[in-house]
Amino acid sequence: MLLADSGRFAIQAIISHRLRSFLTLLGIAVGIAAVILLTSIGEGVHQFVLKEFTQFGTNVIGISPGKVKTGGQPPTGFPTTARLLTIEDARALKKLPNVTGSSPTVWGNSEVEANGRLRRSTIYGVDADFINVFSAKVQTGSFLPSEGAGSSRAFVVLGSKLRKELFGTENPLGARVRIGGLHFRVIGILEPKGQFLGIDLDDTAYIPAERALELYNREGLMEIHVLYKEGTSSVAVADAVKKRLKLRHGREDFTITTQEDMLKTLSNILNILTMAVGALGGISLLVGSVGIVTIMTISVTERTNEIGLLVALGARRRTILGLFLSESVILAVLGGAMGLLLGIGLAQSLHLLMPTFPVHTPWSFAFIALVISGVIGLLAGVLPAVSASRLDPIEALRAE
Amino acid sequence: MPDESLISLSDINRTFYLGDSKVHALRNVDLNIARGEYIAVMGPSGSGKSTLLNLIGLLDRPDEGTYKLEGRDVTTLDADELAAVRSERIGFIFQSFHLVPRLTAAANIELPLVLSGFPAAERVKRVSQALKEYGLTDRANHRPNELSGGQRQRVAIARATILRPAVLLADEPTGNLDRVTGEEVVKLLEKLNAQGMTLIVVTHDQALGARARRQIRMEDGGIASDVTNSHVEANDASRDGLPTDIIPSVDIPTDNAQTVPVEPVSSLPASRQPNEG
Repeated sequence: MLLADSGRFAIQAIISHRLRSFLTLLGIAVGIAAVILLTSIGEGVHQFVLKEFTQFGTNVIGISPGKVKTGGQPPTGFPTTARLLTIEDARALKKLPNVTGSSPTVWGNSEVEANGRLRRSTIYGVDADFINVFSAKVQTGSFLPSEGAGSSRAFVVLGSKLRKELFGTENPLGARVRIGGLHFRVIGILEPKGQFLGIDLDDTAYIPAERALELYNREGLMEIHVLYKEGTSSVAVADAVKKRLKLRHGREDFTITTQEDMLKTLSNILNILTMAVGALGGISLLVGSVGIVTIMTISVTERTNEIGLLVALGARRRTILGLFLSESVILAVLGGAMGLLLGIGLAQSLHLLMPTFPVHTPWSFAFIALVISGVIGLLAGVLPAVSASRLDPIEALRAE
Repeated sequence: MPDESLISLSDINRTFYLGDSKVHALRNVDLNIARGEYIAVMGPSGSGKSTLLNLIGLLDRPDEGTYKLEGRDVTTLDADELAAVRSERIGFIFQSFHLVPRLTAAANIELPLVLSGFPAAERVKRVSQALKEYGLTDRANHRPNELSGGQRQRVAIARATILRPAVLLADEPTGNLDRVTGEEVVKLLEKLNAQGMTLIVVTHDQALGARARRQIRMEDGGIASDVTNSHVEANDASRDGLPTDIIPSVDIPTDNAQTVPVEPVSSLPASRQPNEG
């Protein structure tokens, strides 16, 4: 029997029970739609979170003190045997090939007082390169100047939110600001940067790292951010950084995390999240496929007579197996296609209703959904089709 | 075995197990059937005539004995080879027609061609020819439930003969038809036989059985009597010499057939119910 003919025969059988076939493939459709919708949301969240992280630039390497295998650093104030990262370390890294900037980083939370107002904000101790690391832009004035070791002047650059809270619409340039017990002069305002995972990036003040060490009474930096040329291998740069720091420290007592690594790890975590929600949708897909098994079993029982006839007319067992298998595959794939449209439709209307809600349907998902529904049809059809092909033709012809 | 023997059964035994009891459906059956014969197999229910028919039609295998079809031992063939032989050499006609309800008359007739993988163009040609020969051209796109009983059986006969089989096996072909329509169907079958197709009819109907040249009566799984009606054979001697593999050009009185009312199956007399041989 030709393949096209088996397909046609199967479609005729499906069409002859319109309502029943429709309800069966609706089961698959709902399952596929659920999987598509949930994974679309998962993928949307994935892309949203990655975008949040990549707003700082992807060509950044972070170095933190202490050798750990995963990201992060020992809690502040916790005594470790690790040698501290110093401002000199950060300066030394600036000279490496392909490195376009390197900024020491210290942060903390302090009271900021100016213009007769007081506010608690996040204070970053950085240097001139940080603006590139952070992909920030200066709105007015300038960012911290690059200065020789030990001679950083007490300048501060304000985030837009902090500026508004302290100075309102007044021009703060040149104004004096007290942070903790130290006094600073405002030399610049940054453009608004928005939020990052719920943290307001504009409610901040940037001061020279040396001043921040003084302010927080620390001896070492919390992190060094190294910025490298776009298009250079992060591994090569990380290696060079590692070599240089080992030379300075005598051993590897620091941890290098490239933004790329971090994004990869994050991406993996988010993929697992997407798969988990997809699996939830998969449960309804499973129920849908049980529906196909049920309807195919009923179909075989109903058409026992016809199966007997086909055998009498010289159909091979394999042909009968193929007929019933193609019927269940066609049912499932039709359901899958319907579910795909339904799922994408739902995801898009969700996106229209809530434009901020991250939804994204990759084409690969659509393709995979169709393949999966085909496989489901095949698996669901096996049992009924095998029982059809094993019927005794004499009994089958006699059946009413 | 002589060459002219189409079907040759020797020492065939077939036993079924129904629960704990053993049913000897066929006992030591020896039977030779020549090309072009017209045979009626009769006997009471449970005498083994349906089993014999199924066996000849290769739907069943004997437990013992040899079955040669056209000189070829078919008892040793595997399932796929049997399917091929069934498709090419054997045509079945059933009491309840066994048409696929969702397919049109034309599609039902086309089924054997589809199963054998004929290309579409060839199928269309053959089906339209068959529709014409059996007077069904204007019913081609009707589904079985829109056809009269006689038309249904004609569709079934067209389907059984479209691949020009060597032997036509009919199990109570008139069992579900009224007398007039049944008569037409029998005439059609006899016409096919007259043109060289071997015809084996299993029936309860004495009148129908009496029309066959050779009558085989079965009892308790064995052949009780095997009578050849010489005067009938003499009438049809002209059939010899006709090629066996041509499609017969059958002339059916179509108008007549369409006016015949269809008799509902449920109202059939008990004697016409399918036998379980």
